[in-house]
Amino acid sequence: MLRIENVTKGFGGLVAVDDISLRLDNTGITGLIGPNGSGKTTLFHMITGFYRVDHGLIYFGDKLISRLKPHNISRIGLVRTFQQTRVLPFLSTLDNLLSAAPDQAGERLSSVFFRPAVVRREENESRERAMEILELVSLTSMSDQLAGMLSFGQQKLLEIGRVLMARPKMILLDEPTAGINPTLIRQLVEIIRGLKKRGIQIFLIEHNMPLVAEICEKIFVMDSGRLIFSGIPSEARRDARVIEAYLGREDRAS
Amino acid sequence: MDYLLHILIVALIYGIFAISLNLELGYTGLYNFGHVAFFGIGAYTSALLGLSGLPVSLSMALGMAAAGVAGALLAIPALRLTGDFFGIATLVFAEMVRLFFVNERWLTKGPMGLPGIPRPSWIGEGIAGLPMFLLFCILLTLLVALTSRRLATSPFGRALKVVREDEYVAQALGKNVLSLKTRAIIFGSVLAGLAGCLWAHYISYISPSDFTLNETILVLLCVVLGGKGTNWGPVLGAFIIIFFQEALRFLPIPADFGRLVAPLQGMVYGFVLILIMLKRPEGIVSEYRGLRQC
Repeated sequence: MLRIENVTKGFGGLVAVDDISLRLDNTGITGLIGPNGSGKTTLFHMITGFYRVDHGLIYFGDKLISRLKPHNISRIGLVRTFQQTRVLPFLSTLDNLLSAAPDQAGERLSSVFFRPAVVRREENESRERAMEILELVSLTSMSDQLAGMLSFGQQKLLEIGRVLMARPKMILLDEPTAGINPTLIRQLVEIIRGLKKRGIQIFLIEHNMPLVAEICEKIFVMDSGRLIFSGIPSEARRDARVIEAYLGREDRAS
Repeated sequence: MDYLLHILIVALIYGIFAISLNLELGYTGLYNFGHVAFFGIGAYTSALLGLSGLPVSLSMALGMAAAGVAGALLAIPALRLTGDFFGIATLVFAEMVRLFFVNERWLTKGPMGLPGIPRPSWIGEGIAGLPMFLLFCILLTLLVALTSRRLATSPFGRALKVVREDEYVAQALGKNVLSLKTRAIIFGSVLAGLAGCLWAHYISYISPSDFTLNETILVLLCVVLGGKGTNWGPVLGAFIIIFFQEALRFLPIPADFGRLVAPLQGMVYGFVLILIMLKRPEGIVSEYRGLRQC
């Protein structure tokens, strides 16, 4: 479904992502792990078009996406969240969701002025769907609140809900559980599993190892811009290179 | 009485001007410091065409179109700049437009200005035409305000606000940021052009000194004071500012100090702007009324 071929990205003299190739078929939930600075977020930025690749190709389905603009990539069903939670602070919680509805007729000026009935009908449908999603992320009672006033954990949930509103085929989550409490992590895991059941592919960057082992069917491990492991989580824990990347080489101390 | 009609007309024209800036500044978060350029282009285009004998309604429509085209011409290069740089580009654009008015004498008569701009024939010239012109302005202001409200409450307006809040999120949600901003600027420019047309045909004399940075600051103040991102805030702001400006004329200022009034006025505006920023950044009418904030 997502195919990355020999992708490289450098910033000045630093090679952040070095000749990475990987593919995600309908795995369900796939993890991307690695020490800080190993190039995970840079890879996500390239998949979603926020960074241009220096070399290499990225395909989503049959479509070459490595030259597309971010909004075009989002429109074909590959939608991301950000590492730093980014709700739209001065819009209501409900509007945060509504704004993510895909392909809205009401975003064309001609429809706004000349086809108000179509816009209204579409808006009502979106509203219904948004309320369902608010229910799913337990924010129903917050619908008319400014999103910037929600707690950090609620903002994380809202961000996931917003991605969902965009009717994605695959979502990219950049550290979804960073900085939230264990109860909320459980809730998030349930939501992510629910998405998988709906047939949405999930690709996530995560530092919480037990969580990765619990939910991911497959993981990729990066270190210093290179891919050093791909396989099931339990094998990763026994892989010498992965252990080295996280704990350092033993002979370095001696 | 005629004086009151005059103030109301000017306030309404500034109301339309303020609504047009609000589309860019309030909803889309674009700090356009050269908005007066489109007011000026609308005014000059409509005035020149009107003077050449075209019916006023047609000249006004063409004046609005010219402002819209100018908006597109500015938007395409300037929107590739972000934040402060966009603001600087718009500021420079407005100065270029003003210098064009000053220097292209074959067309604009330069600093002499254009006298004798006709009013729509059904309104009538001079003081006798004031009530009808006021009616004309009221109708147009209502039309513009309702158009702006339709826009702001639509998914299009919501998308503009998404761009204002966070461009990266907008892109991640599939919004074409450049296209949305361009459309906002064109729409805002057309409406600013309308305000300029009204101004030219009302005052009947325009010159380059009507279209300076001062006017941009004045309309900016209308929007910020009234409440940016709201439908009626900018109109309210325009009324307050214009009435305040006119009220100053009645202060018993000795003739020797008359020359101090204009700079003093500028100081008061600056002070008010700082005070709003500190005490009530959302303006008199708040965009967030009706939403819970705690």
